Amino acid sequence: MSEIAFRGVRLTRGDTAVLRGLDLEVQQSETLALVGRSGAGKSTILKLINRLLVPDAGEVVVHGRTADDWDPFDLRRRIGYVLQDVGLFPHLTVRDNVAVVPRLLGWDDARIRSRVDEVLGLVGLPADQFAARSPDQLSGGQRQRVGVARALAADPPILLMDEPFGALDPITRSELHGEFRNIQAAVGKTIVLVTHDMAEALSLATRIGVLSDGVLVALDSPAAIAMSADARVRAMLGPLVEAASALQGGGR
Amino acid sequence: MSVLEFWASHRAEFGALLVQHLFLVGVSTGVAVALGVPLGILAARRPRLGAPVVWLVNAAQTIPSLAMFGFLLPLPLIGGLGARVAITVLIVYALLPIVRTTIAGIRSVDPALVEAGTALGMTPRQLLRQVQLPLALPSIVAGIRVAAVIGVGTATIAAAVGAGGLGEYIFRGLSMVDPTVILAGAIPSAVLALTLDGGLTLAERAARARLSGGSRRGPWISRLAVAAVLVAGVSMAVVNLGSETPIRVGSKNFTEQVILGELLAQTLEARGVRVERRLNLGGTFICDRAIRGGDIDVYVEYTGTAHTAIFRQPPDTDSRRVFDAVRRRYAEAGLTVLDPLGFENTFAILVRGADAERLNLKTIADAAAHSAAWQAGFGYEFLQRADGYPGLAAVYGLAFRAPPRAMDLSLIYRALADGQVDLVAGDATSGLIDGYELVMLEDNLRYFPPYDAVAIARSATLLAHPAVRDGLAALSGQVSVSDMREMNRAVDSDRRDPADVVRAFLAR
Repeated sequence: MSEIAFRGVRLTRGDTAVLRGLDLEVQQSETLALVGRSGAGKSTILKLINRLLVPDAGEVVVHGRTADDWDPFDLRRRIGYVLQDVGLFPHLTVRDNVAVVPRLLGWDDARIRSRVDEVLGLVGLPADQFAARSPDQLSGGQRQRVGVARALAADPPILLMDEPFGALDPITRSELHGEFRNIQAAVGKTIVLVTHDMAEALSLATRIGVLSDGVLVALDSPAAIAMSADARVRAMLGPLVEAASALQGGGR
Repeated sequence: MSVLEFWASHRAEFGALLVQHLFLVGVSTGVAVALGVPLGILAARRPRLGAPVVWLVNAAQTIPSLAMFGFLLPLPLIGGLGARVAITVLIVYALLPIVRTTIAGIRSVDPALVEAGTALGMTPRQLLRQVQLPLALPSIVAGIRVAAVIGVGTATIAAAVGAGGLGEYIFRGLSMVDPTVILAGAIPSAVLALTLDGGLTLAERAARARLSGGSRRGPWISRLAVAAVLVAGVSMAVVNLGSETPIRVGSKNFTEQVILGELLAQTLEARGVRVERRLNLGGTFICDRAIRGGDIDVYVEYTGTAHTAIFRQPPDTDSRRVFDAVRRRYAEAGLTVLDPLGFENTFAILVRGADAERLNLKTIADAAAHSAAWQAGFGYEFLQRADGYPGLAAVYGLAFRAPPRAMDLSLIYRALADGQVDLVAGDATSGLIDGYELVMLEDNLRYFPPYDAVAIARSATLLAHPAVRDGLAALSGQVSVSDMREMNRAVDSDRRDPADVVRAFLAR
């Protein structure tokens, strides 16, 4: 069944149309990657899902209810969100950062404690070593993992990820890609991932949507996207065409 | 007497003043935090609502503190004398740094963190409490630190309205020209400021240390600034006298003295002498020091004051004997005492007319019987001088309900009329005595020495400028007590310009 649905969604910011009539369904437990140049409207789609933005026309349906029907705070606490620049709170320890949403939900301390230990383990940061640290005592990759742990803490069915690996060096990034697949397999969330990096989308997603000028120009499996004849998709693939075929040839 | 000896001999008083000072700063800073932080939050989050708040707070800061005391004194509720006015003024001054740093602190929070909090499902209130305020905390603490340090300094001025505090020593020292007494108040208030600054710097550092290595700029710079401001303030207050050429006429800092200064000045000007007015200099000791140091050439003194306060002689009730003694002593210092102007200004022990009638009070001895139920208010000089309160209390057996309140002379009549105090020492020639329906009690035991008004001039000046000598000599016996009271009333009650009043008097 579809977990998230966009029906004829339009959004204009000032004079420029950010989305011009978007129709999109995200299925349960899939990983949908949204790819496009900066300004193509990728992040906007994430913000419409957790109601940081409200559409000018059309509707966004989450868990079978339109976003307008949700209390926005309640909705956001049910959706994990990994931000572009991580956004860890510098005045809180790793443990308290991860515990933010469970606390907002009013969980009791013992439950929060064991859950934080669990998700930190899941992202590869043993709690006994990392929980008491402050964010500035972590490397960029470790901070990104804490960001993922924080998004997973309240066990939300949906996970939104906005360029989660964008700021990392290539080695750390490929390491985290591996972790991502493990987590994906372990928790089975519905994930919407935004990236400008087609290689990342091809290696992580089960489905890829390509955005160009506020329009979804293609929505298909990684294999089909890699082979697409559409000029706008090929423009996104660009120098990656060879890498994509190599990946396919590698028979992943 | 060294500062240490002064503290040792005034131990109880010093402790009380220090506690008062801390109380003033503590209460006002506390209230300013309680008001300023929410105001700052409001201004940071709703700029349209906040802009006028910030404008108002800024505007209030530009009012000189002494002027603000003046504005607030006549107001109901916060008006009147004492701690209430002082605390109100201190709160107004403490608000600006606190509001400002709260706004700056909240605005400087990384927008990405605000977005993160929102995206995680925080309500605006949760966002404020869990993200914005904790991150703004070091900045807010910095504002509180600045407010407290400013407060310690401004609180010294609170002594002018009878709120006590360490400023009382500074004011007392200034009116006695006794650096020891000034330092006795200035040193602990500087130490207090530096201690608060240091303590709150540590708190600020602790708050900041919890955040990622945010830069913490110079506690040294701020400490240096505090020290500079204190040094500048004290030295400006002490020095502020000056240079050369024309005949410089001085006066003490109350109405009658300003009128008499004007009288000397206009008399000399009428004889073609160029005059520079240095009126409102301060108390007796400031004028005495100024004329001995050559900063002024002439001013009007009272024989009894010179005898006891300047030359430290035991009070004497024979006016001729006092005059001769004073003239001889001044001559040794190169100063000439001219013949009396004609009136005598003794200290006047005053009560409200209504009380005098109800209790049938005629003399100070009559009042002594009621003193146990009363609060007294005296000027700084009167409290300290040998011919002031200590002797008066001994001679008449005065014992008040509480230690007398130290007040500025200009406020003392009003304070009595308003019922803040029940007995004061004023000037016998004050126009306010009639204006406020006060009654002067008779000095039936003849405690106060004679206070004939005489012009004191530098002998060298008189020798060099015969016109000055002739002009001053011509004033001898020209001003009666009723003349003086009338001129005082014209200035104090009718709000006329002293220069105009004197012009009219000379044109008779």
